[in-house]
Amino acid sequence: MKKILSTILVLSMLLSLLAMPALAADPLELTMFFPVNVGGSVAQLIDDMTTEFNKQNPDIQVKAVYTGNYDDTVTAIQTAIGTSGQPDLFVSLATQRFTMDDTGMAMALDDIIANDPEGQAFVDDFIDGFMLDSYVEGGRIISIPFQRSTMVMFYNKDAFREVGLDPEQPPKNWTELVDYATKLTNDKRYGVAIALNSGSAQWAFTGFSLQNCTNGVGLMSGDGKEVYFNTPENVEALQLWLDLQNKYKCMAPGIVQWTDMPTQFLAGEVAMIYHTTGNLTNIRNNANFDFGVCFLPAGRQWGAPTGGGNFYITKGISEERQQAAWKYIKFMCSTENAAQWSINTGYVATRESCYETEVLKDYYASFPQALVAYEQLPYAQPELTTYNAAEMWRILNDNIQAAVTGEMTAEEALAAAQEQGDELLADYQ
Amino acid sequence: MTSSAAGRRRREALQGWMLLLPAVLIMLVFTVYPVFRSGYLSLFKYRMGKIPEYIGFGNFEQLFGNSTFWKVMRNTLEFALMTVIPSMILGLCLAFLVNRKGRHIGFIRSAFFYPSVMPMIAIASVWMFIYMARNGLFDQLLVSFGLQPANVLSNKDTVLPAMAVMYVWREAGYLMVFFLSGIQSINQDVLEAAAIDGATGWKTFRYVTLPLLAPTTLFVSTIAFTNCFKLADQVIIMTEGAPNNASSLLLYYIYQQGFTNMNYGRSSALTVIMLLLLMVFSLPRFFSQDRKIHYN
Repeated sequence: MKKILSTILVLSMLLSLLAMPALAADPLELTMFFPVNVGGSVAQLIDDMTTEFNKQNPDIQVKAVYTGNYDDTVTAIQTAIGTSGQPDLFVSLATQRFTMDDTGMAMALDDIIANDPEGQAFVDDFIDGFMLDSYVEGGRIISIPFQRSTMVMFYNKDAFREVGLDPEQPPKNWTELVDYATKLTNDKRYGVAIALNSGSAQWAFTGFSLQNCTNGVGLMSGDGKEVYFNTPENVEALQLWLDLQNKYKCMAPGIVQWTDMPTQFLAGEVAMIYHTTGNLTNIRNNANFDFGVCFLPAGRQWGAPTGGGNFYITKGISEERQQAAWKYIKFMCSTENAAQWSINTGYVATRESCYETEVLKDYYASFPQALVAYEQLPYAQPELTTYNAAEMWRILNDNIQAAVTGEMTAEEALAAAQEQGDELLADYQ
Repeated sequence: MTSSAAGRRRREALQGWMLLLPAVLIMLVFTVYPVFRSGYLSLFKYRMGKIPEYIGFGNFEQLFGNSTFWKVMRNTLEFALMTVIPSMILGLCLAFLVNRKGRHIGFIRSAFFYPSVMPMIAIASVWMFIYMARNGLFDQLLVSFGLQPANVLSNKDTVLPAMAVMYVWREAGYLMVFFLSGIQSINQDVLEAAAIDGATGWKTFRYVTLPLLAPTTLFVSTIAFTNCFKLADQVIIMTEGAPNNASSLLLYYIYQQGFTNMNYGRSSALTVIMLLLLMVFSLPRFFSQDRKIHYN
């Protein structure tokens, strides 16, 4: 038995050796690292799209390597760069762009765009709110928007009816938010939920900061070199969170996890949640009640954070590889693919022209809740993005948590965050 | 005559070194070199993509002035206190429990040992369901007794004990195996002699078995201590150090500084601190207890 097996093994190895040269003039092999942050099927979708690209371009073979969540992917890139196993392109958070540029992990794309006759038109077609966080120092473009999301509010219309609120009139501002959430709270249900775990709190807080700010930019300067955590408006925003928990008791105390929130919403344990558009399909498929999607309630103005991942090309790869990688990016972000990608995942379609396609028009006609995210985009801005972004996130998250667990007041927490943030950015002043 | 004896000794020595060579090489490349490299890098201000800049003990000074660092150190020590002794006691009890002959004893032993061969990711995921806010098993249990759900992982006072419980559950089965082999290697004559002298139950355990288990206990305590300092995956999966670093442990902090923040200088400095700490914990114990132990 063993003999037969080993014979087969040897034979098959020999055969595969023979088969290799038959695969024609060796195609250019590219490696792409990509993260998945929302669920299993996304990895399959990327594989399918990549297979399609490889079929259309026999001279290029892209190998898509799933590398965990966003953090894991940064780690994977960081350890692979400079070795023979380095990726030629990768998907990483838009907020990593200053770090990607500063550490020399990703290259500026301006020359590639200039040399491509369709380049400028391609870039111009992306929605401004998303393209905003592709720029780094000197106005260079370092990334192309891909899996982009924004935060919206999901609310339970049945619960609204139950307490005598109009299900077609979700809260429009903070006052109504507090009012409705209080009315919706009972023994078995909280009125509202915001995820406060590390990695999520900073996202929601970007939204609240944008809604309340008077400086127009919320938490940070556009060049990523300054943060404005301790403004009176931000203190007010954080105080609102604490009040929802402790004063009005309409939000669960402590830290609710991002990943637990959809479950709680679907179980009817919370009536309104702040969550990503990426969860739309999940909630649509699993809600056994009537639900609505609406803008995030405004403070002084409307405001919402964008987030998600962009394509980057690794710095220092050959010209030929750069071109191949660019071709792949253009394929993945083509109008048709971006539209279909949005329908399949719940991410927001990134290009204006997507909204002219029949598939997307049909989709919105059959499922109007999906359109809310697009309509909110004019009020949306990038989430917290600075140099050393990962560490800056941690600083804000830690201090928000300190306020939530009662170790500090809102004012103390944001003052501490400001001090630590300034120190982190001192090298870039 | 003498010269040939010396030659033989030299040959033997050479042979010995040749046999050791693979192990020594692996040690040098994967243990000794990284230790010295960390020591060297800890003296530099060094982030990914930047040119390292020598700053002497600057990284250490920064850490010592940083309240998060002290919080992490306190957490690490508290976690050690909460886990090492309970997991040893539990491991010892389990060892006595399964130290018998019977039809299904093999299965029972494997069942107790099983958690320690399971990947930490699987274990942590299961325990996250237990600790999940409100819908988790633990909170449901509290609710069924008419209590408020505790959401233990989001509370700064309960998060570390909650993780310690899980760790003890996992570690006890592993330590059990060492205790079991220790118990089984005790000479039966000694126990018989004790029985003839009228010692029973607790007395036999206290005055005969336990002292004879001392070498095992020393070994186990060293393993238990070093293991609990080596914990990072559990933190990454369950809490990422939340809330506000109440569950950050030293190795997780090193990982975070090195691989998330890409601050290699600081993570090297932390590594040096961890190495010193491990030395402080293992060396004196070894030397001071070595003489008092009864090797039979």
